[in-house]
Amino acid sequence: MTELPAVADLRSHLDTVLGGAARAWLDQATDEATTHASAEATEAAETTGVSGAEATGPAEAAGAVAGVPPGSARPSAPATTPVWELRFAEAGRRCGPDHADTARLLLLYAAHAGTGTLTRLYEQGTATERRAVLRSLPRLVPGPDALPLIEDALRTNDTRLVAAALGPYAATHLAPHDWRQAVLKCLFTGVPVDAVAGLARRARADAELARMLGDYADERTAAGRKVPGDLYRVLALTDPSAANGRGAPAPTGTDGQAPSGPDGQASADTGGPDGLAPTSQAGPTAPAPIAAPSTSTGEEQES
Amino acid sequence: MRIFDPHIHMTSRTTDDYEAMYEAGVRAVVEPAFWLGQPRTSPASFVDYFDSLLGWEPFRAAQYGIAHHCTIALNPKEANDPRCTPVLDLLPRYLVKDNVVAVGEIGYDSMTPAEDTALATQLQLAADHELPALVHTPHRDKLAGLRRTLDVVRESELPLERVLIDHLNETTVKEAKDAGCWLGFSVYPDTKMDEDRMVAILHTHGLEKVLVNSAADWGKSDPLKTRKVGDAMLDAGFSDDDVDQVLWRNPVAFYGLSGRLALDVTDTDVTDTHEGNSILRGGA
Repeated sequence: MTELPAVADLRSHLDTVLGGAARAWLDQATDEATTHASAEATEAAETTGVSGAEATGPAEAAGAVAGVPPGSARPSAPATTPVWELRFAEAGRRCGPDHADTARLLLLYAAHAGTGTLTRLYEQGTATERRAVLRSLPRLVPGPDALPLIEDALRTNDTRLVAAALGPYAATHLAPHDWRQAVLKCLFTGVPVDAVAGLARRARADAELARMLGDYADERTAAGRKVPGDLYRVLALTDPSAANGRGAPAPTGTDGQAPSGPDGQASADTGGPDGLAPTSQAGPTAPAPIAAPSTSTGEEQES
Repeated sequence: MRIFDPHIHMTSRTTDDYEAMYEAGVRAVVEPAFWLGQPRTSPASFVDYFDSLLGWEPFRAAQYGIAHHCTIALNPKEANDPRCTPVLDLLPRYLVKDNVVAVGEIGYDSMTPAEDTALATQLQLAADHELPALVHTPHRDKLAGLRRTLDVVRESELPLERVLIDHLNETTVKEAKDAGCWLGFSVYPDTKMDEDRMVAILHTHGLEKVLVNSAADWGKSDPLKTRKVGDAMLDAGFSDDDVDQVLWRNPVAFYGLSGRLALDVTDTDVTDTHEGNSILRGGA
């Protein structure tokens, strides 16, 4: 298991790049998320009778749920949106688009958001909010429960979401057929396969993936079109004799070369648009490829 | 040149497009129900969409002298979303309507078990409602998708002769033709087919049961591609009658299998841009 970037490192990075107002906002928002998490933990303990927590939970004491009586806010379906979730949504305005991903990740971590909350935030979220949810999954959801979010993101044509969906969570949990389709979708939509966590490990000796890649190359050739360069990279990785992460003709940091881990998890988990220098790759805050399509073929139109 | 675009998503197009299409010779379109780019989250939004395909959009088309029919279905991509699959239960009340000339677009997107179920279910609905089916082939893993599609059709009660396989290309046309299906080709500015490759396929595989469409939608696409294929055919030595077969008689014959094609447009906008309804009679 590879290491995810330390929360403290993400925060200290933001402290160096955010202005004073944004830092103050992030402090307060993080506190609200933390308070919410504590309140939920307390409530859960009360419900199960394990702990005799104080009658006045920290949630309403801190105003973490506005206008809701104590105990009425459920994690899966709150009657009123918890304040920290509003902070999650407004992070772009407060921290700027380059840092919103990281700020949102920190809020999700502080709130200990579970699958139910993450699903709600995803379903109600814009593409940027959804991207943050997808990136948080490796740390927050230990099992495959959140796979429906990955599958939803992979159905979109939004290359930012497709790229974010293919982080370490998908590398661990996505079923082989779905994973192959996702890799092919990257080639179709111009998402650099560098965005695919665990690419070398999962591609190795995958004869079905090799067959699909070959068919796609044939189809492009028959149409008189250029075959994407990434296709041959992935095809080389399917060679059973390819060393993990070392079989690619043009290896990059996410194929096992990254010092942070063989699956490129660090780079796929942190906020790509955060403006972190690529040279920081050895550290835990290495940036994700943002996967703006380099050469979109536009094939992925569902008409 | 009279043109029937058998696959175009007019909901995503402007009135300028309708004008330009009419000017180019388009007199009839079929708009298949499909994915809207933004995922839907409940059957209710499908209901509004289907109602629009049967209400507002044909009204809009008629104002520009174009006959508008539609096909109704749960598309393969959203068939994977459990929030959307209850749409399948709503389809029967739409499939009896006059303007619905096929079940579609159905087929495969990612070739999942949920898509298997939706495809088989909707092929049965087509058979039950005496409608043909518009089946698109997936963007990814297309040849494997075509083979799996044909297998599912063979297992269904719908004869292959009542199925239009769409988005075909050089690698898939032969197997679809050998199976006895109608053959659809989408001509796009950058992807799918282009005019010259389309002409080459017509030279190689003939004109029989071939339909050409623009599949124009909200993505980069061109609602005049049908006309451009017609021009390219003439330039390549095909006759006016050949063009008419591909761009008019073949789509009329396929969607005519529904028994519901009505190609008389009643203009609701009295302007001088229309040449009259008689030009639209194509023999439904």
